[in-house]
Amino acid sequence: MDNLSVDHIIGIKDLTKADIELILKTAETFKQVINRPIKKVPSLRDITIANLFFENSTRTRLSFELAEKRLSADVVNFSAANSSVKKGETLVDTTNNILSMKVDMVVMRHPNPGAAKFLSERVNARIINAGDGTHEHPTQALLDAFSIREQLGTLEGKKVVIVGDILHSRVALSNIYCLQKMGAEVMVCGPTTLIPKYISELGVKVEHNLRKALEWCDAANMLRIQLERQDIKYFPSLREYSMLFGLDKKLLDSLDKKIVIMHPGPINRGVEITSDVADSDQSIILQQVENGVAVRMACIYLLASKIER
Amino acid sequence: MEKQIILNKRHIELTLKRLCYQLIESHNDFSNAIIIGLQPRGIHVVTRLKKELEAILNKEIVCGNLDITFYRDDFRRRERPLIPSVTNIDFDIEGKNIILVDDVLYTGRTIRAGLDALLAFGRPSKVELLAFIDRRFNRDLPIQADYIGVNVDTLSQERVSVEWNEIEGEDKVILFTPENNG
Repeated sequence: MDNLSVDHIIGIKDLTKADIELILKTAETFKQVINRPIKKVPSLRDITIANLFFENSTRTRLSFELAEKRLSADVVNFSAANSSVKKGETLVDTTNNILSMKVDMVVMRHPNPGAAKFLSERVNARIINAGDGTHEHPTQALLDAFSIREQLGTLEGKKVVIVGDILHSRVALSNIYCLQKMGAEVMVCGPTTLIPKYISELGVKVEHNLRKALEWCDAANMLRIQLERQDIKYFPSLREYSMLFGLDKKLLDSLDKKIVIMHPGPINRGVEITSDVADSDQSIILQQVENGVAVRMACIYLLASKIER
Repeated sequence: MEKQIILNKRHIELTLKRLCYQLIESHNDFSNAIIIGLQPRGIHVVTRLKKELEAILNKEIVCGNLDITFYRDDFRRRERPLIPSVTNIDFDIEGKNIILVDDVLYTGRTIRAGLDALLAFGRPSKVELLAFIDRRFNRDLPIQADYIGVNVDTLSQERVSVEWNEIEGEDKVILFTPENNG
Protein backbone atom coordinates (compact mmCIF):
# COMPACT_ATOMS: atom_id res chain seq x y z
CA MET A 1 0.00 0.00 0.00
CA ASP A 2 1.69 3.19 -1.07
CA ASN A 3 -1.17 5.45 -2.05
CA LEU A 4 -4.07 6.97 -0.09
CA SER A 5 -7.49 5.57 -1.00
CA VAL A 6 -9.08 9.02 -0.66
CA ASP A 7 -8.72 12.31 -2.57
CA HIS A 8 -9.52 14.50 0.43
CA ILE A 9 -8.97 14.08 4.15
CA ILE A 10 -12.44 14.88 5.42
CA GLY A 11 -12.70 12.45 8.31
CA ILE A 12 -11.11 9.36 9.77
CA LYS A 13 -14.36 7.54 9.01
CA ASP A 14 -13.44 7.53 5.28
CA LEU A 15 -9.86 6.32 5.79
CA THR A 16 -8.85 2.67 5.74
CA LYS A 17 -6.43 1.11 8.21
CA ALA A 18 -3.84 1.01 5.42
CA ASP A 19 -4.31 4.77 4.84
CA ILE A 20 -3.70 5.48 8.51
CA GLU A 21 -0.64 3.18 8.56
CA LEU A 22 0.74 4.98 5.49
CA ILE A 23 0.23 8.43 7.03
CA LEU A 24 1.84 7.41 10.34
CA LYS A 25 4.79 5.77 8.58
CA THR A 26 5.36 8.81 6.38
CA ALA A 27 5.06 11.06 9.44
CA GLU A 28 7.95 9.19 11.09
CA THR A 29 10.24 10.33 8.29
CA PHE A 30 8.95 13.88 8.51
CA LYS A 31 9.62 13.85 12.24
CA GLN A 32 13.26 13.17 11.38
CA VAL A 33 13.18 16.01 8.85
CA ILE A 34 11.90 18.60 11.32
CA ASN A 35 14.66 17.68 13.75
CA ARG A 36 17.43 18.43 11.26
CA PRO A 37 19.45 21.65 11.17
CA ILE A 38 17.59 22.54 7.96
CA LYS A 39 13.99 21.58 8.58
CA LYS A 40 12.73 22.10 5.09
CA VAL A 41 12.36 19.81 2.07
CA PRO A 42 11.59 21.00 -1.47
CA SER A 43 8.88 18.44 -2.38
CA LEU A 44 5.91 20.83 -2.71
CA ARG A 45 7.66 23.72 -4.46
CA ASP A 46 4.95 24.00 -7.11
CA ILE A 47 1.93 23.60 -4.81
CA THR A 48 -0.11 26.43 -3.32
CA ILE A 49 -2.20 25.82 -0.22
CA ALA A 50 -4.91 28.04 1.23
CA ASN A 51 -5.65 27.87 4.94
CA LEU A 52 -9.28 28.88 5.41
CA PHE A 53 -10.13 29.34 9.06
CA PHE A 54 -13.75 30.24 9.70
CA GLU A 55 -13.28 29.52 13.37
CA ASN A 56 -10.60 30.51 15.86
CA SER A 57 -7.50 28.39 16.09
CA THR A 58 -3.94 28.92 17.21
CA ARG A 59 -2.27 25.55 17.42
CA THR A 60 -3.87 23.87 14.41
CA ARG A 61 -3.39 26.85 12.12
CA LEU A 62 0.24 27.34 13.13
CA SER A 63 0.88 23.64 12.86
CA PHE A 64 -0.60 23.42 9.36
CA GLU A 65 1.23 26.54 8.25
CA LEU A 66 4.56 25.22 9.53
CA ALA A 67 3.92 21.84 7.91
CA GLU A 68 3.15 23.52 4.58
CA LYS A 69 6.18 25.78 4.75
CA ARG A 70 8.50 22.93 5.69
CA LEU A 71 7.34 21.15 2.55
CA SER A 72 8.15 24.34 0.57
CA ALA A 73 4.54 24.95 -0.48
CA ASP A 74 3.29 28.49 -1.03
CA VAL A 75 0.79 29.40 1.64
CA VAL A 76 -2.08 31.87 1.79
CA ASN A 77 -3.96 32.43 5.03
CA PHE A 78 -7.51 33.48 5.43
CA SER A 79 -9.50 34.01 8.57
CA ALA A 80 -13.19 34.75 8.51
CA ALA A 81 -12.97 37.51 11.08
CA ASN A 82 -11.63 40.05 8.59
CA SER A 83 -13.00 38.87 5.27
CA SER A 84 -15.89 39.21 2.84
CA VAL A 85 -17.70 36.41 4.67
CA LYS A 86 -18.83 39.20 6.94
CA LYS A 87 -20.30 40.90 3.86
CA GLY A 88 -22.46 37.87 3.06
CA GLU A 89 -20.33 35.82 0.67
CA THR A 90 -21.10 32.09 0.63
CA LEU A 91 -18.53 29.40 1.46
CA VAL A 92 -18.41 28.09 -2.12
CA ASP A 93 -18.00 31.59 -3.55
CA THR A 94 -15.26 32.47 -1.11
CA THR A 95 -13.40 29.26 -1.88
CA ASN A 96 -13.84 29.51 -5.65
CA ASN A 97 -12.50 33.04 -5.56
CA ILE A 98 -9.45 31.83 -3.74
CA LEU A 99 -9.08 28.88 -6.11
CA SER A 100 -9.21 31.24 -9.11
CA MET A 101 -5.89 32.47 -7.82
CA LYS A 102 -4.57 28.95 -8.61
CA VAL A 103 -4.63 27.24 -5.26
CA ASP A 104 -4.19 23.45 -5.28
CA MET A 105 -5.19 22.49 -1.78
CA VAL A 106 -7.45 23.89 0.91
CA VAL A 107 -7.09 23.35 4.64
CA MET A 108 -10.33 24.39 6.25
CA ARG A 109 -11.75 24.80 9.72
CA HIS A 110 -15.41 25.65 9.89
CA PRO A 111 -18.01 25.81 12.69
CA ASN A 112 -20.55 23.73 10.72
CA PRO A 113 -20.35 19.92 10.70
CA GLY A 114 -20.02 18.66 7.12
CA ALA A 115 -18.53 21.89 5.75
CA ALA A 116 -15.39 20.13 4.50
CA LYS A 117 -17.39 17.44 2.71
CA PHE A 118 -19.69 20.08 1.22
CA LEU A 119 -16.69 21.94 -0.11
CA SER A 120 -14.97 18.82 -1.47
CA GLU A 121 -18.04 18.09 -3.61
CA ARG A 122 -18.16 21.57 -5.09
CA VAL A 123 -14.68 22.90 -5.67
CA ASN A 124 -11.78 21.59 -7.66
CA ALA A 125 -9.07 21.27 -5.01
CA ARG A 126 -7.87 18.76 -2.43
CA ILE A 127 -9.48 19.44 0.92
CA ILE A 128 -8.06 18.74 4.37
CA ASN A 129 -10.53 19.11 7.19
CA ALA A 130 -8.94 21.00 10.09
CA GLY A 131 -12.09 20.61 12.18
CA ASP A 132 -15.72 20.96 11.14
CA GLY A 133 -17.91 21.92 14.10
CA THR A 134 -18.62 18.97 16.39
CA HIS A 135 -18.02 16.43 13.62
CA GLU A 136 -14.40 15.43 12.92
CA HIS A 137 -10.84 16.66 13.35
CA PRO A 138 -8.90 13.98 11.48
CA THR A 139 -5.36 15.34 11.76
CA GLN A 140 -5.70 15.64 15.54
CA ALA A 141 -6.73 11.98 15.78
CA LEU A 142 -3.83 10.97 13.54
CA LEU A 143 -1.32 12.86 15.65
CA ASP A 144 -2.82 11.38 18.82
CA ALA A 145 -2.49 7.90 17.33
CA PHE A 146 1.09 8.68 16.27
CA SER A 147 1.94 9.93 19.78
CA ILE A 148 0.40 6.92 21.54
CA ARG A 149 2.20 4.55 19.17
CA GLU A 150 5.46 6.37 19.82
CA GLN A 151 5.00 5.92 23.60
CA LEU A 152 3.50 2.43 23.71
CA GLY A 153 5.08 0.91 20.60
CA THR A 154 1.78 -0.12 19.06
CA LEU A 155 -1.93 0.68 19.11
CA GLU A 156 -3.05 -2.90 18.67
CA GLY A 157 -4.78 -4.07 21.84
CA LYS A 158 -4.04 -0.85 23.79
CA LYS A 159 -6.72 0.76 25.90
CA VAL A 160 -7.42 4.46 25.54
CA VAL A 161 -9.91 6.49 27.53
CA ILE A 162 -11.23 9.82 26.29
CA VAL A 163 -12.36 11.98 29.20
CA GLY A 164 -14.57 15.05 29.18
CA ASP A 165 -16.92 16.77 26.80
CA ILE A 166 -17.54 13.95 24.31
CA LEU A 167 -20.81 15.50 23.10
CA HIS A 168 -19.23 18.61 21.60
CA SER A 169 -15.86 17.13 20.71
CA ARG A 170 -14.75 16.49 17.14
CA VAL A 171 -11.47 15.27 18.60
CA ALA A 172 -13.34 12.52 20.45
CA LEU A 173 -15.20 11.27 17.38
CA SER A 174 -12.12 11.24 15.14
CA ASN A 175 -10.10 9.57 17.89
CA ILE A 176 -12.70 6.84 18.35
CA TYR A 177 -12.67 6.00 14.63
CA CYS A 178 -8.90 6.18 14.36
CA LEU A 179 -8.05 4.15 17.46
CA GLN A 180 -10.61 1.46 16.65
CA LYS A 181 -9.35 1.12 13.09
CA MET A 182 -5.85 0.66 14.47
CA GLY A 183 -7.00 -2.09 16.81
CA ALA A 184 -7.17 -0.20 20.11
CA GLU A 185 -10.01 -0.35 22.62
CA VAL A 186 -11.73 2.93 23.41
CA MET A 187 -13.66 4.07 26.46
CA VAL A 188 -15.33 7.43 26.97
CA CYS A 189 -15.70 8.97 30.40
CA GLY A 190 -17.59 12.05 31.51
CA PRO A 191 -20.82 13.36 33.03
CA THR A 192 -23.95 11.69 31.60
CA THR A 193 -25.02 14.96 30.00
CA LEU A 194 -21.81 15.26 27.98
CA ILE A 195 -21.84 11.70 26.62
CA PRO A 196 -24.00 11.19 23.53
CA LYS A 197 -26.89 8.81 24.23
CA TYR A 198 -26.09 6.24 21.55
CA ILE A 199 -22.30 6.38 21.64
CA SER A 200 -22.03 2.71 22.60
CA GLU A 201 -23.30 1.97 19.07
CA LEU A 202 -19.78 2.94 17.95
CA GLY A 203 -18.42 0.07 20.01
CA VAL A 204 -16.93 2.16 22.80
CA LYS A 205 -17.22 1.50 26.51
CA VAL A 206 -18.88 4.16 28.67
CA GLU A 207 -17.76 4.94 32.21
CA HIS A 208 -18.83 7.70 34.55
CA ASN A 209 -16.20 7.14 37.22
CA LEU A 210 -12.84 8.68 36.35
CA ARG A 211 -10.83 6.46 38.71
CA LYS A 212 -12.27 3.27 37.21
CA ALA A 213 -11.61 4.59 33.71
CA LEU A 214 -8.00 5.41 34.51
CA GLU A 215 -7.43 2.04 36.15
CA TRP A 216 -8.62 0.40 32.92
CA CYS A 217 -6.57 2.39 30.41
CA ASP A 218 -3.01 2.61 29.04
CA ALA A 219 -3.45 6.19 27.85
CA ALA A 220 -5.89 8.94 28.79
CA ASN A 221 -6.87 11.77 26.47
CA MET A 222 -8.21 14.62 28.60
CA LEU A 223 -10.49 16.87 26.56
CA ARG A 224 -11.28 20.49 27.20
CA ILE A 225 -14.74 21.54 28.31
CA GLN A 226 -15.96 23.51 25.29
CA LEU A 227 -17.93 26.22 26.99
CA GLU A 228 -18.22 28.11 23.71
CA ARG A 229 -20.28 25.31 22.18
CA GLN A 230 -22.50 24.72 25.18
CA ASP A 231 -25.76 26.56 24.67
CA ILE A 232 -27.25 25.24 27.92
CA LYS A 233 -25.76 24.20 31.24
CA TYR A 234 -24.63 20.56 31.09
CA PHE A 235 -23.24 20.40 34.63
CA PRO A 236 -23.79 22.52 37.72
CA SER A 237 -20.38 24.19 37.92
CA LEU A 238 -16.80 23.95 36.64
CA ARG A 239 -15.72 23.35 40.23
CA GLU A 240 -17.97 20.30 40.48
CA TYR A 241 -16.79 19.05 37.08
CA SER A 242 -13.17 19.35 38.06
CA MET A 243 -13.79 17.55 41.36
CA LEU A 244 -15.41 14.59 39.60
CA PHE A 245 -13.65 14.48 36.24
CA GLY A 246 -10.52 16.56 36.71
CA LEU A 247 -7.23 14.66 36.87
CA ASP A 248 -4.85 15.68 39.65
CA LYS A 249 -1.45 14.36 40.70
CA LYS A 250 -2.85 12.56 43.72
CA LEU A 251 -5.23 10.51 41.58
CA LEU A 252 -2.55 9.86 38.97
CA ASP A 253 0.01 8.70 41.56
CA SER A 254 -2.52 6.45 43.29
CA LEU A 255 -2.83 4.28 40.15
CA ASP A 256 -0.73 1.13 40.22
CA LYS A 257 0.67 1.78 36.70
CA LYS A 258 2.09 4.64 34.65
CA ILE A 259 -0.45 5.77 32.10
CA VAL A 260 0.20 8.22 29.26
CA ILE A 261 -1.56 11.58 29.65
CA MET A 262 -2.62 13.48 26.54
CA HIS A 263 -4.50 16.67 25.85
CA PRO A 264 -5.36 18.16 22.46
CA GLY A 265 -5.07 21.69 23.85
CA PRO A 266 -5.81 24.39 24.74
CA ILE A 267 -5.57 23.29 28.36
CA ASN A 268 -7.80 24.78 31.01
CA ARG A 269 -5.36 24.26 33.84
CA GLY A 270 -7.18 23.26 37.01
CA VAL A 271 -10.33 22.17 35.19
CA GLU A 272 -9.71 18.96 33.26
CA ILE A 273 -6.15 18.50 34.50
CA THR A 274 -4.09 20.24 37.14
CA SER A 275 -0.82 21.98 36.30
CA ASP A 276 1.36 19.36 38.01
CA VAL A 277 -0.21 16.63 35.86
CA ALA A 278 0.10 18.66 32.64
CA ASP A 279 3.79 19.25 33.36
CA SER A 280 4.56 15.76 34.70
CA ASP A 281 6.77 13.23 32.93
CA GLN A 282 3.72 11.12 32.10
CA SER A 283 2.23 13.95 30.06
CA ILE A 284 3.06 14.00 26.34
CA ILE A 285 1.12 17.17 25.57
CA LEU A 286 4.09 18.98 24.02
CA GLN A 287 5.22 15.90 22.08
CA GLN A 288 1.70 15.84 20.61
CA VAL A 289 2.23 19.37 19.31
CA GLU A 290 5.60 18.45 17.78
CA ASN A 291 4.15 15.31 16.22
CA GLY A 292 1.27 17.40 14.87
CA VAL A 293 3.58 19.14 12.41
CA ALA A 294 5.06 15.83 11.19
CA VAL A 295 1.65 14.16 10.81
CA ARG A 296 0.26 17.15 8.92
CA MET A 297 3.30 17.17 6.64
CA ALA A 298 2.56 13.52 5.88
CA CYS A 299 -1.13 14.21 5.12
CA ILE A 300 -0.30 17.14 2.85
CA TYR A 301 2.54 15.30 1.11
CA LEU A 302 0.46 12.21 0.37
CA LEU A 303 -2.56 14.21 -0.84
CA ALA A 304 -0.40 16.55 -2.93
CA SER A 305 1.10 13.59 -4.75
CA LYS A 306 -2.39 12.97 -6.15
CA ILE A 307 -2.75 16.43 -7.67
CA GLU A 308 -2.51 16.20 -11.44
CA ARG A 309 0.09 18.34 -13.12
CA MET B 1 13.27 -8.96 -20.70
CA GLU B 2 16.43 -10.90 -21.44
CA LYS B 3 18.71 -11.45 -18.44
CA GLN B 4 22.46 -11.45 -18.60
CA ILE B 5 24.77 -11.72 -15.60
CA ILE B 6 27.57 -9.24 -16.15
CA LEU B 7 29.33 -9.60 -12.78
CA ASN B 8 29.46 -12.60 -10.50
CA LYS B 9 30.36 -13.05 -6.84
CA ARG B 10 34.13 -13.22 -7.46
CA HIS B 11 34.13 -10.08 -9.63
CA ILE B 12 32.06 -8.17 -7.11
CA GLU B 13 34.46 -9.06 -4.30
CA LEU B 14 37.48 -7.97 -6.31
CA THR B 15 35.83 -4.72 -7.33
CA LEU B 16 34.84 -3.90 -3.75
CA LYS B 17 38.41 -4.57 -2.58
CA ARG B 18 39.81 -2.27 -5.26
CA LEU B 19 37.36 0.48 -4.37
CA CYS B 20 38.40 0.20 -0.72
CA TYR B 21 42.08 0.66 -1.55
CA GLN B 22 41.22 3.63 -3.79
CA LEU B 23 39.30 5.17 -0.91
CA ILE B 24 42.23 4.60 1.46
CA GLU B 25 44.54 6.25 -1.09
CA SER B 26 42.46 9.45 -0.92
CA HIS B 27 41.32 9.38 2.69
CA ASN B 28 44.22 7.67 4.55
CA ASP B 29 42.89 6.40 7.85
CA PHE B 30 39.39 7.84 7.40
CA SER B 31 39.84 10.16 10.39
CA ASN B 32 37.93 12.94 8.63
CA ALA B 33 35.93 10.88 6.15
CA ILE B 34 32.39 9.55 6.32
CA ILE B 35 30.64 7.15 3.96
CA ILE B 36 26.96 7.80 3.26
CA GLY B 37 24.83 5.39 1.28
CA LEU B 38 21.82 6.54 -0.72
CA GLN B 39 18.55 4.79 0.08
CA PRO B 40 17.28 2.35 -0.92
CA ARG B 41 20.02 0.38 -2.72
CA GLY B 42 23.22 2.30 -2.06
CA ILE B 43 23.22 1.24 1.58
CA HIS B 44 24.07 -2.35 0.68
CA VAL B 45 27.23 -1.21 -1.08
CA VAL B 46 28.12 0.74 2.07
CA THR B 47 27.60 -2.29 4.29
CA ARG B 48 30.13 -4.22 2.19
CA LEU B 49 32.62 -1.36 1.94
CA LYS B 50 32.44 -0.79 5.69
CA LYS B 51 33.14 -4.44 6.44
CA GLU B 52 36.04 -4.55 4.02
CA LEU B 53 37.57 -1.22 5.13
CA GLU B 54 37.30 -2.11 8.80
CA ALA B 55 39.12 -5.37 8.12
CA ILE B 56 41.92 -3.53 6.29
CA LEU B 57 42.28 -0.52 8.60
CA ASN B 58 41.33 -2.30 11.80
CA LYS B 59 39.19 0.60 13.03
CA GLU B 60 35.55 1.64 12.93
CA ILE B 61 34.44 3.53 9.83
CA VAL B 62 31.58 6.03 10.31
CA CYS B 63 28.75 5.30 7.89
CA GLY B 64 25.23 6.64 7.39
CA ASN B 65 22.12 6.25 5.23
CA LEU B 66 20.52 9.10 3.36
CA ASP B 67 16.96 9.09 2.02
CA ILE B 68 16.42 11.48 -0.86
CA THR B 69 12.67 11.02 -1.44
CA PHE B 70 11.65 14.57 -0.55
CA TYR B 71 14.37 16.09 -2.72
CA ARG B 72 13.53 14.23 -5.93
CA ASP B 73 12.51 16.16 -9.03
CA ASP B 74 9.79 13.73 -10.13
CA PHE B 75 7.22 14.32 -7.36
CA ARG B 76 3.71 14.34 -8.94
CA ARG B 77 5.19 13.08 -12.20
CA ARG B 78 4.66 9.48 -11.17
CA GLU B 79 1.56 7.33 -10.78
CA ARG B 80 2.17 6.67 -7.11
CA PRO B 81 3.53 8.86 -4.34
CA LEU B 82 7.20 8.50 -3.46
CA ILE B 83 7.40 6.71 -0.12
CA PRO B 84 10.43 7.60 1.98
CA SER B 85 12.96 5.24 3.58
CA VAL B 86 14.98 5.85 6.73
CA THR B 87 17.71 8.44 6.99
CA ASN B 88 20.36 7.60 9.52
CA ILE B 89 22.85 10.43 9.96
CA ASP B 90 23.41 10.80 13.70
CA PHE B 91 26.77 12.55 13.40
CA ASP B 92 27.95 15.99 12.39
CA ILE B 93 28.96 16.32 8.73
CA GLU B 94 30.26 19.90 9.09
CA GLY B 95 33.78 20.10 7.70
CA LYS B 96 33.95 16.37 6.90
CA ASN B 97 34.89 14.64 3.67
CA ILE B 98 31.80 12.80 2.55
CA ILE B 99 31.75 9.88 0.14
CA LEU B 100 28.25 9.45 -1.28
CA VAL B 101 27.63 5.89 -2.41
CA ASP B 102 25.04 4.45 -4.78
CA ASP B 103 24.81 1.12 -6.53
CA VAL B 104 24.01 2.33 -10.05
CA LEU B 105 24.82 5.77 -11.46
CA TYR B 106 22.44 6.31 -14.36
CA THR B 107 20.79 9.68 -15.14
CA GLY B 108 22.50 11.48 -12.24
CA ARG B 109 19.17 12.75 -10.91
CA THR B 110 19.36 10.68 -7.74
CA ILE B 111 22.80 12.09 -6.98
CA ARG B 112 21.57 15.64 -7.62
CA ALA B 113 18.79 15.04 -5.07
CA GLY B 114 21.31 13.36 -2.76
CA LEU B 115 23.51 16.46 -2.73
CA ASP B 116 20.53 18.64 -1.78
CA ALA B 117 19.48 16.20 0.92
CA LEU B 118 23.01 16.01 2.29
CA LEU B 119 23.42 19.77 2.55
CA ALA B 120 20.35 19.93 4.83
CA PHE B 121 22.60 18.36 7.48
CA GLY B 122 25.37 20.94 7.29
CA ARG B 123 28.30 22.01 5.14
CA PRO B 124 30.78 19.24 4.45
CA SER B 125 34.27 20.26 3.38
CA LYS B 126 34.18 17.96 0.35
CA VAL B 127 31.72 15.56 -1.25
CA GLU B 128 32.81 12.70 -3.50
CA LEU B 129 30.77 10.13 -5.35
CA LEU B 130 31.29 6.38 -5.49
CA ALA B 131 29.19 4.42 -7.97
CA PHE B 132 29.42 0.65 -7.99
CA ILE B 133 28.06 0.54 -11.54
CA ASP B 134 28.38 3.51 -13.88
CA ARG B 135 26.03 3.53 -16.90
CA ARG B 136 28.18 6.23 -18.38
CA PHE B 137 26.32 7.04 -21.61
CA ASN B 138 22.93 7.70 -20.02
CA ARG B 139 23.45 10.89 -18.04
CA ASP B 140 20.76 13.65 -17.87
CA LEU B 141 22.84 15.92 -15.66
CA PRO B 142 26.53 16.88 -15.57
CA ILE B 143 27.45 14.50 -12.73
CA GLN B 144 30.42 12.10 -12.71
CA ALA B 145 31.64 9.62 -10.12
CA ASP B 146 35.07 9.89 -8.43
CA TYR B 147 35.25 6.16 -7.77
CA ILE B 148 33.73 3.68 -10.19
CA GLY B 149 33.32 -0.03 -9.62
CA VAL B 150 32.54 -1.07 -13.17
CA ASN B 151 31.61 0.90 -16.26
CA VAL B 152 28.66 -0.61 -18.09
CA ASP B 153 27.64 0.70 -21.49
CA THR B 154 23.89 0.41 -21.84
CA LEU B 155 20.95 1.67 -23.83
CA SER B 156 18.35 3.67 -21.97
CA GLN B 157 15.68 0.97 -22.39
CA GLU B 158 17.95 -1.53 -20.64
CA ARG B 159 18.11 -1.94 -16.87
CA VAL B 160 20.97 -2.83 -14.55
CA SER B 161 20.32 -4.42 -11.18
CA VAL B 162 22.86 -5.09 -8.45
CA GLU B 163 21.84 -7.97 -6.20
CA TRP B 164 23.36 -8.87 -2.85
CA ASN B 165 23.70 -12.07 -0.93
CA GLU B 166 22.07 -10.51 2.17
CA ILE B 167 18.98 -9.39 0.27
CA GLU B 168 18.46 -11.47 -2.86
CA GLY B 169 20.47 -14.50 -1.81
CA GLU B 170 23.34 -14.11 -4.27
CA ASP B 171 25.94 -11.51 -5.23
CA LYS B 172 25.51 -10.62 -8.91
CA VAL B 173 24.97 -7.78 -11.35
CA ILE B 174 22.31 -8.37 -13.99
CA LEU B 175 21.69 -6.56 -17.25
CA PHE B 176 18.09 -6.68 -18.45
CA THR B 177 17.56 -6.12 -22.17
CA PRO B 178 14.14 -5.82 -23.83
CA GLU B 179 13.42 -8.87 -26.05
CA ASN B 180 12.77 -6.90 -29.25
CA ASN B 181 16.06 -5.03 -29.03
CA GLY B 182 17.65 -6.03 -32.36
